[in-house]
Amino acid sequence: MSRALALLGLLVAGLFAASLLVGPAGLPPGASLRALVSGEGATGLVMREIRLPRAILGAAIGAGLGMAGAAMQGYLRNPLAEPGLIGVSGSAALGAVLALHTGLAAAFALALPLMALAGAGLGVGLVMALAGPRGGSLTLILAGIAISALAGALTSLVLNLSPNPWAAGEIVFWMMGSLADRSMSHVALALPFLLAGIALLATLGRGLDALTLGEDAAASLGIRMARLRLGVVIGTALVVGAGTAVAGAIGFVGLVVPHVLRPLVGAAPGRLLWASALGGAAMLLAADIAVRVVLPEQDLKLGVLTALVGAPVFLHLIYRMRRALA
Amino acid sequence: MSGAMPGRAARPLSGSMSRSEGIALAVAAWLAIAAPLAAEAPQRVVSMNLCTDQLAMLVAAEGQIVSVSYLAQDPGASAMAAQAAGLLPNRGRAEEIFLMRPDLVITGPYSNPTAADMLRRLGVAVLVVDPVSRLDEIPDRLAVIGAALGQADRAAKVAADFEAGLGALVDTGPERPRAALYGANGYSAGDRTLAGQILWAAGFDNIATEQGMPDGGILPLELLALSQPDMIVTSRAEPGASRSEEILDHPVVAALRDGAIPGRMRDSDWVCGTPHVLGAIADLRGAREEAGR
Repeated sequence: MSRALALLGLLVAGLFAASLLVGPAGLPPGASLRALVSGEGATGLVMREIRLPRAILGAAIGAGLGMAGAAMQGYLRNPLAEPGLIGVSGSAALGAVLALHTGLAAAFALALPLMALAGAGLGVGLVMALAGPRGGSLTLILAGIAISALAGALTSLVLNLSPNPWAAGEIVFWMMGSLADRSMSHVALALPFLLAGIALLATLGRGLDALTLGEDAAASLGIRMARLRLGVVIGTALVVGAGTAVAGAIGFVGLVVPHVLRPLVGAAPGRLLWASALGGAAMLLAADIAVRVVLPEQDLKLGVLTALVGAPVFLHLIYRMRRALA
Repeated sequence: MSGAMPGRAARPLSGSMSRSEGIALAVAAWLAIAAPLAAEAPQRVVSMNLCTDQLAMLVAAEGQIVSVSYLAQDPGASAMAAQAAGLLPNRGRAEEIFLMRPDLVITGPYSNPTAADMLRRLGVAVLVVDPVSRLDEIPDRLAVIGAALGQADRAAKVAADFEAGLGALVDTGPERPRAALYGANGYSAGDRTLAGQILWAAGFDNIATEQGMPDGGILPLELLALSQPDMIVTSRAEPGASRSEEILDHPVVAALRDGAIPGRMRDSDWVCGTPHVLGAIADLRGAREEAGR
């Protein structure tokens, strides 16, 4: 267990460094890292203001999404629960788009993450209310489809109504996500919320472990279900809201990562939380490196890559669960 | 009866258009010969493209143009918004334009070609004018539209004034600062675009061309930072918010502006290949002179 965590930590560190060293400018690694420390010259500008914020956001958003997936799956006791698939990211994107296109974000910078957070909170609250405490797969997925569709349609509507000729083309950004051209101001906007969400979700381990025995057993162990549910909702809203506000809706990270890591940590939801945080960071950093290597000329969206990996995993899960679903 | 006349008169023109596959010059040549013979310059001209709007307004007689695109009335996009304000705006839809009973429709190849096709099928004469990507194409386009409107003399005068103005403005001196044209999503126009030509005429070398993109393309922020331009000219700010334009407020762009020639924002003079580009060139030269470069 701790060895798995250490290995994941090493993987994240390696990918973080690679993310700093990959870019269209093709700078030599030694000089890049020196410039990152010194901050001098044009290379220093590139390292500190372009690549560093990108790597930080990739790691933090990935960690948040991985952890939120693990927490939701633990709480609903359903491996299909994932913020992107069930409409939480889509609701967050709607909140962010509303903040930007009503001019709220221009008047008050924090309005962007706060509105996204409110959207994500509303989305996750609705899904959990509709799916019920035991999170039956069918109601969960159906609620998720309805919320995703509504949030996606409203996001497109807001962008199409914008007087800005570029806005309509950004529908794909809000639905697929990208870390291109983010700056330290985006890090300052999102990172505090991401860290708060990760810290909150990390405290839920004991409750989620107890919940595997059933609600009554968990209650007899002193776990208060209402508080646990509130923790999952607020923690997920914090990480998904903040991440989506600056990087768009990135799907499947919270599905794939807990699925892959569950056997490694012995199927205990509590231990899976930290492992999924590291795994999510690694997955998003890797995806963000891949978009820069595969199609350096274009802003290939992150969600394209995560879906290419994630959708087959999702299909596999449905295949395995089809008897339960039927 | 008189209402049907322009439509009938227009039919032979539309026939010649379809044979010539919309090659503007051929139509213009035909019109140049046919117009004096028929002595019938079109009296109800509709333009459905921002750039043909402005070229037409420059050469048309009073009252000859019925309608221009709605963009021509937007001062952010159009250098002739005041002149366009008195005309009917259109949104390039076949139905609304047909109901204006035009005897000539002028458009560009990319502004709603399906509407242009439908108007042709309905027997309306349609003149397609290609956009300009070089400064020396501007007199050609003026001549094409002047001939189509039966205003060849006016068009020749406007073109001659433009050429004289350009000759006086072009800077071919040896000192050429390096500038980047930077727009939404990091798009940078190269030398083989109208904006690149404006930059060149004002005496600047273009970073996009330096980076191997003479036709323009996406210039990653990293490469912009490493190229250390002497000036950054950003695209005009559109109303409302967009993530695409956020890149122009990136701290790297702000840092590059420090110590550089104070950059300019591309305005309506940059959008279309009309004599108004002289305003853009003069503005850039003014920026150089202020900075003493």
